[in-house]
Amino acid sequence: MSYVDETFYAELVRDFSAWPDGEIGDSGTREKCRMVLHREARLLDQGRFEDWLAMYAAQCVYWVPATPGGDPRREVAVAFDDRRRLEDRVYRLRTGHAWSQAPASRTARLVSNIEVFPHSDDSVMVRSSFLLSEWRVGDKQLWSGWCGHRLSYRGGRYEIEVRQVNLIDCDQNLRNPSILL
Amino acid sequence: MNTSTFFEGLVHEDRVHRSIYTDAAIFEREMTHIFGAVWVYLAHESQIPKNDDFVTARLGLRPLIVTRDSQGKIHALYNRCTHRGARVCRTERGNARTFQCAYHGWTYFNTGKLRGVPWPEGYACDFKDAQFNLAQVPRVESYRGFIFGTLNLDAPSLKDYLGKITGPIDEWLDRHPGGKVEVREANRLKYKGNWKLAYDNAADGYHVVFSHRSLLEMENRMQEDPTKGMSFYMGKPDEAPMYVQYFGRGHHFKDKRPNVQKRPGALWELEAAHPGMEAFESRIKQKLGEKAGRALDLAAAVPVNINVFPNLSILGNHIQLFQPLAVDETDTTWYATVVVDEAGELGGAADEVNALRLRTQEAFPNFGEVDDAANFEEIQRGLAACEDEWVYMHRGLGIAGRVRTEPDGSLKAPATDEVFMREHMKEWKRLMASEPRISVLR
Repeated sequence: MSYVDETFYAELVRDFSAWPDGEIGDSGTREKCRMVLHREARLLDQGRFEDWLAMYAAQCVYWVPATPGGDPRREVAVAFDDRRRLEDRVYRLRTGHAWSQAPASRTARLVSNIEVFPHSDDSVMVRSSFLLSEWRVGDKQLWSGWCGHRLSYRGGRYEIEVRQVNLIDCDQNLRNPSILL
Repeated sequence: MNTSTFFEGLVHEDRVHRSIYTDAAIFEREMTHIFGAVWVYLAHESQIPKNDDFVTARLGLRPLIVTRDSQGKIHALYNRCTHRGARVCRTERGNARTFQCAYHGWTYFNTGKLRGVPWPEGYACDFKDAQFNLAQVPRVESYRGFIFGTLNLDAPSLKDYLGKITGPIDEWLDRHPGGKVEVREANRLKYKGNWKLAYDNAADGYHVVFSHRSLLEMENRMQEDPTKGMSFYMGKPDEAPMYVQYFGRGHHFKDKRPNVQKRPGALWELEAAHPGMEAFESRIKQKLGEKAGRALDLAAAVPVNINVFPNLSILGNHIQLFQPLAVDETDTTWYATVVVDEAGELGGAADEVNALRLRTQEAFPNFGEVDDAANFEEIQRGLAACEDEWVYMHRGLGIAGRVRTEPDGSLKAPATDEVFMREHMKEWKRLMASEPRISVLR
């Protein structure tokens, strides 16, 4: 079942269009969020996609807009995955027949400039910058930009509810965007 | 050796020479003898809906600004200052009546006419002379929203150039309210390979179950028997009712609709899972009741590939543009389209249809095209083997009854035949050996 409906879209666009200014004061929360982002980057670099999926909430979104801040109700995205499509994405990569990832890319991610902002009683918004170096079949390429995460505290851990990946060249032609960014 | 003999040597009935994909000199000639000689797709009118809107584009390698001037007339201006050659427009789209070169300040109207230069008293010439206007594509015409341009003064009218491929284009448009669509951003891809690799693939029904095996497996992972997406290619695709048709001038059409039941809702049932599917489908059914089938089908990809030589492919709900950048580098831009329902044919459900239609359009570029592009890149790598000279495209050739000539002169064959490739290669060969009368307007 997809949980994406009009309300879901409206809340998503609202949360990801207005970023507050002041960071939250609690350094313990900031540290927990930093660990989530670093773990996510490491699992992706290690190709542990199932473990990475397990970091995401049952109702989640992986979103790579095609224009800065693009509204998914009105324009197509580089990627817009609910939980089911995200599982599709990983399933496809695991078939062994996804030729764009056979052989698979080798990646190294740097995640930095992490800032944590208040959102609700049990959730926070996190901004970070990334550099992703990719090598595949003789060529190296660099992906870069910033991520917005909405993390919610549930069952004693922070789950990823939304991850918005904002490529600096999101509106340009991309070569083989088949890796999980 | 004369030109015609040279190109005869590269394009045979059953195969083509590797150099047409790898040779920089051949690529350079294509930019004039193909992209300068025929009608080339530039942009869609919905990208410049208002007067003074502009969008940048290319004609071959030539940088263009496609403008709608203050009177609403569409121009394809060379994005190249007459003075010293810098691009006068450096943003990809917007609204502007004039373009000022950032280098020395020469300024042009969006009709291409020179508006003025700084300190003209330092010049002895008359700047009213048209030679100082921006160059522009002399012939720009639209077919139902698709803007084309050609530099060739001897080319037929756009309508004649398109010929019978307008039939499938009309059908594609007419399934939408008001017979039109609007572009809403794109999945923009790039590969390191020759542009023809994408055009050769555009009506290829032979590659589907191999190149797109992961997509077919993914889309059908919840199914007992595969019924979703392009699963009608599985089994014996040679014998399926779908077909490929060649219309002349390099244009071809792959029609997979005969594989699908002809009733409202049948296309929608082919769609695999997409974000928002349940909620928006139920909203559409709530609003439209028994008439929901047509609206849902508009959110589904229509299984056709309509290919207009050399750089346009209308497929599913996408308008795909092939843009050569170098002999071994090509952009393929998959413009997403949405429905616009000015007359209320969809009973107020257009937003819901589009919310679904945008998600369905993300699927193929994400989970299908990336694998084709990887295969195009592997062809380009493989073709470095210079003694191994030939690329074959002879599927269906020489089998009696396989390719039929229709009463209208078009050729029809099973969707897995390579007849369309052989035919567009003949057209390529004819154009490369001809001398087009190319000119610009000022």
